Amino acid sequence: MRPFQYNRARSLADASGIISDKGALAIAGGTNLLDLMKLQVEIPEQLADINHLGMAEIADTEDGGLRIGALATNTAAAVHPRVRSDYPVLARAILAGATQQLRNKATTGGNLCQRTRCFYFTNVDQPCNKREPGSGCGAIDGIAKLHAVLGTSDQCIATYPGDMAVAMSALGAVVHIAHEDGEERTVPVADFHCLPGDTPWRENVLEPGEIITAVSLPAKVAGTQIYRKVRERSSYAFALVSIAAIVEIKNGLFSRADLAFGGLAHKPWHDPRIADVLIGQVPSEKLFDEAADILLSGAQGFGENDFKIPLTRRTLHAVLAQAVEQAA
Amino acid sequence: MTQSISVNGAQHPIPNDPRVTLLDFLRHDAGLTGTKKGCDHGQCGACTVIVNGIRINSCLTLAAMHDGDSVTTIEGIGTTDNPSALQRAFMEHDGFQCGYCTPGQICSATAMFEELANNWPSDASGQLEGKIEITGEEIRERMSGNLCRCGAYANIVAAIQAVATEKGS
Repeated sequence: MRPFQYNRARSLADASGIISDKGALAIAGGTNLLDLMKLQVEIPEQLADINHLGMAEIADTEDGGLRIGALATNTAAAVHPRVRSDYPVLARAILAGATQQLRNKATTGGNLCQRTRCFYFTNVDQPCNKREPGSGCGAIDGIAKLHAVLGTSDQCIATYPGDMAVAMSALGAVVHIAHEDGEERTVPVADFHCLPGDTPWRENVLEPGEIITAVSLPAKVAGTQIYRKVRERSSYAFALVSIAAIVEIKNGLFSRADLAFGGLAHKPWHDPRIADVLIGQVPSEKLFDEAADILLSGAQGFGENDFKIPLTRRTLHAVLAQAVEQAA
Repeated sequence: MTQSISVNGAQHPIPNDPRVTLLDFLRHDAGLTGTKKGCDHGQCGACTVIVNGIRINSCLTLAAMHDGDSVTTIEGIGTTDNPSALQRAFMEHDGFQCGYCTPGQICSATAMFEELANNWPSDASGQLEGKIEITGEEIRERMSGNLCRCGAYANIVAAIQAVATEKGS
């Protein structure tokens, strides 16, 4: 690890002030950041340790929802009684990721900010426009099994690797962000991450000095909640494809279909056209295919990850069929 | 005031260099080499220790972030003369070959039993709520953060299952 100055932030304003400086980063759980610092993918000059700022509370909100503090660990969120009873898709998504040791340390805010696991990003001997703008993308025409098929650019085909945010996106969760001046703003989880475009180094909408303080979930809605993750081994592997689904069927017709997809893009993928196709219709294989056609109409593989396109279609079929079965 | 970490009940000052991970602190500063460095990237679990009752990878956290915390390492779990139930079970079931991953396996499984006692679900649990039955599938999922390059997994699971049965009876 390169030398850095360690600062224990005494307040949110203190932390925000420190990380406004170029070359300064906030550290919470550290499970991703310290890994990247050892690889010298990240070489911060300063760290602001935000672990002593509270923000670990998980509490009911006035509107019947739940507010998960940014420093609540992944484990704390997954085992919280209300997450298990009202937001099982979120509990399942978190439990499907990483290992118990990592989930015990990783935080809600940090998980949203985790970096891609693209092999070219994490290897400083390889070109990567995200790590070193202008150096090229090794994954295009390279080893791209884990890579994106939706929303890519000629600069970057990396994926957002997480599970938690996929479920949060389907649930319509909102990220609370504090700024140095004390102001707070909110951004839907679905809009928090960016597509690579011409700025692949920009992974989310956080501005310099901004810190995530919490994620709030809206009140529970009716319907079946499913998180299905397809991966190369049954534990401790990133998703090839994952689907978070909140689906309701009333009188034999889809009345809710909030879906988000992991492993396909630089962000949890949400396509509102899928709900438009499904809602008001009788479930059928033909209808599921129509939904998959819309989702995948712009999909592009890069050789090694071509399989993700038919795999996503099959996984979507399986999830919708499971929702129909559970509603029956 | 000097900042310190309690390791198995004894206070140890935190070193000045903030780059020192909790793992290196335990091995080099506290002199407790039972905790092992495998991959140093949170992938193998050999460095697993219990901090304030919770198991974590000590390689992926800085000693400076643990002022005032209580750490239990393998040295705090049992001794040659007085091994813990898990340590005895690992010996009885031959739950290792080279033994390098074993301290991490034991620390991990020790904390796992607390998680099970609290009915924390895992990815292998059929239900998110209620009492969890400790099946082989549950043990394998919950121990997936601890790799064994010798491949002693079958016996590791058997050892843990034996202790689970003992605790249950």
